Amino acid sequence: MSRSLLAIGPATLEIEPLVSAIGGNAGADGAVVTFLGLVRNHNLGRRVTYLEYEGYEPLAVRVFERIDAEIATRWPGVRLALHHRVGRLEIGEASVAIVTASAHRADAFASCRYAIERVKQIAPIWKREFFEGGDVWIEGAVADPDDAQARAEAERVACA
Amino acid sequence: MTVRLFARLRDIAGAAEFVKDAAPGDTIGSIWRQLVADYPELGSYERSISSALNADYARMDQLLRDGDEVAFLPPVSGG
Repeated sequence: MSRSLLAIGPATLEIEPLVSAIGGNAGADGAVVTFLGLVRNHNLGRRVTYLEYEGYEPLAVRVFERIDAEIATRWPGVRLALHHRVGRLEIGEASVAIVTASAHRADAFASCRYAIERVKQIAPIWKREFFEGGDVWIEGAVADPDDAQARAEAERVACA
Repeated sequence: MTVRLFARLRDIAGAAEFVKDAAPGDTIGSIWRQLVADYPELGSYERSISSALNADYARMDQLLRDGDEVAFLPPVSGG
């Protein structure tokens, strides 16, 4: 996977290289918050065996850049790293890794939560769930990056 | 132009990609209506589809030219 801070691809996700990549900001950071989204072995009462993720990768990178810009507006000074995986993922593997760094923990926590909420709202990524007895495409949010209400909801959750 | 379909849309149409000639006045919406005519099961996505032009989100009334890449996206489920 690219060493870029914003990326999507098939490589296994690791949080530590992302923490290193986001850097220490010459000692000015007071907080780094990390989030790993994992493949869970159950969903809606089904026993999940594995997931397949698919993305529209060039658009996904643009969406990650958009989320980065939204965070820079809402929480000035916060830095974001965001990697999403695609392909077949086994139970317990990480599908998404997010790191935020800031002078203060409140901004780092809030922006990290905001980033995952926005990924779920507008990133062009889909998971196909394989479970005991079948498989199904999971369809969540109707993706509209200009939907101000969705953005406000992500911010509300992030700051709750 | 190239028309790309993702996730369940691709499964319904049986192909990830179509190549079409852009006719004068074609919009993302008119291409979508052609797809629904060819694959009526896509019609259930009428109110939940998102669309993109050249790997950027775009509205259904966007006009198209030859060489464009149009993509149709069902509701997303990343994370």
